[in-house]
Amino acid sequence: MADTELEIEGVMKTFTFMNRKAPYGTIYALEVLETVLITAAFEQHANIVFVDDGVYQIKKGHDTGAINMKNFSPTFGIVEMEKEDADEDEDMDMVWRIIVEKESMEARGLTKDDFKLDVEILTSAELADVLDASDCIISG
Amino acid sequence: MKFGILVNEGPFTHQASDTAYHFCKAAIEKGHEVSRVFFYFDGVNNANKLSEPQSDDRNIVKLWSELATEKGVDLVVCVAAGMRRGIKEENIAEGFHISGLGQLVEAGMGCDRLVMFGD
Amino acid sequence: MLHTVNKSPFDRNSLDSCLRLAKKGSAILLIEDGVIAAMSGTAESSKLEGALADHSVFVLGPDLQARGLDASKLIEGISVVDYGGFVDLTVEHGTVQSWL
Repeated sequence: MADTELEIEGVMKTFTFMNRKAPYGTIYALEVLETVLITAAFEQHANIVFVDDGVYQIKKGHDTGAINMKNFSPTFGIVEMEKEDADEDEDMDMVWRIIVEKESMEARGLTKDDFKLDVEILTSAELADVLDASDCIISG
Repeated sequence: MKFGILVNEGPFTHQASDTAYHFCKAAIEKGHEVSRVFFYFDGVNNANKLSEPQSDDRNIVKLWSELATEKGVDLVVCVAAGMRRGIKEENIAEGFHISGLGQLVEAGMGCDRLVMFGD
Repeated sequence: MLHTVNKSPFDRNSLDSCLRLAKKGSAILLIEDGVIAAMSGTAESSKLEGALADHSVFVLGPDLQARGLDASKLIEGISVVDYGGFVDLTVEHGTVQSWL
């Protein structure tokens, strides 16, 4: 069966990726990250959000050598590059935000300096508004 | 209304695939369109035609297949997630097809609602 | 906006995170193991009892029945829906966030 054609011409939506799981214990972080990168190809708005144990996905210093699993931490560098491209390219409408929930961060004794990405820290009330303004939410 | 559905778990560890299936059936019965079901993560295992549930269990692979053949629902298995798990052209059930992750983003863009089922 | 929760509050923090990040006026639907949160008289009941002031809360009937949970013992104010009702909630409330 061939792919069904959906009307996407000129469509601009806001996708939010809710990362709530710690890395490596499960595959969710890695496969959500793959979706984030594909969304860039469609030039959609994206909020990449880290909540609960998801904040550990962007902690500095991942070293998976001894567990022999793929360290996907460097891939977040590409997310940051896509965001920078979106910010700088005036012809591109797309807005990307990388967000950490303040309550989740503080509950785990972490600070902004623990993260390998330059993130926006939002309170849960501020993040609730971001979720509410999203069209599609993909969580892992 | 057009629905895009994302199924992130296989049929034999979590309830997600069953709930997604019942949701799709109910949506179609109400006159909505389920434009695409995208199978991602372990959800790709829903397409495995080699799966043989015991005779007193539901056969969710077959139920999804029927939704495609009888109701024309587009069942897409993520190529990258499928390859990792050995779900390929040679072992996918009738009605499923393999395509890229872009099909998920398109489902989000082209449908009125994207509803995900996972663990 | 519609929030679905599919985990028991005795098992995971999904309901806590949902309640922390759901805007006032958004709807919450409990499905799968999430239906356990809808029962009155448990050590976790107070969470949803408190949330009912700000949210309409629904529970998926087929998941209650499957688990032998008695609909007459639900927290007062929580409504039971079937799969068709689940579809209606997504139509009425817009974007869906699945708390897994």
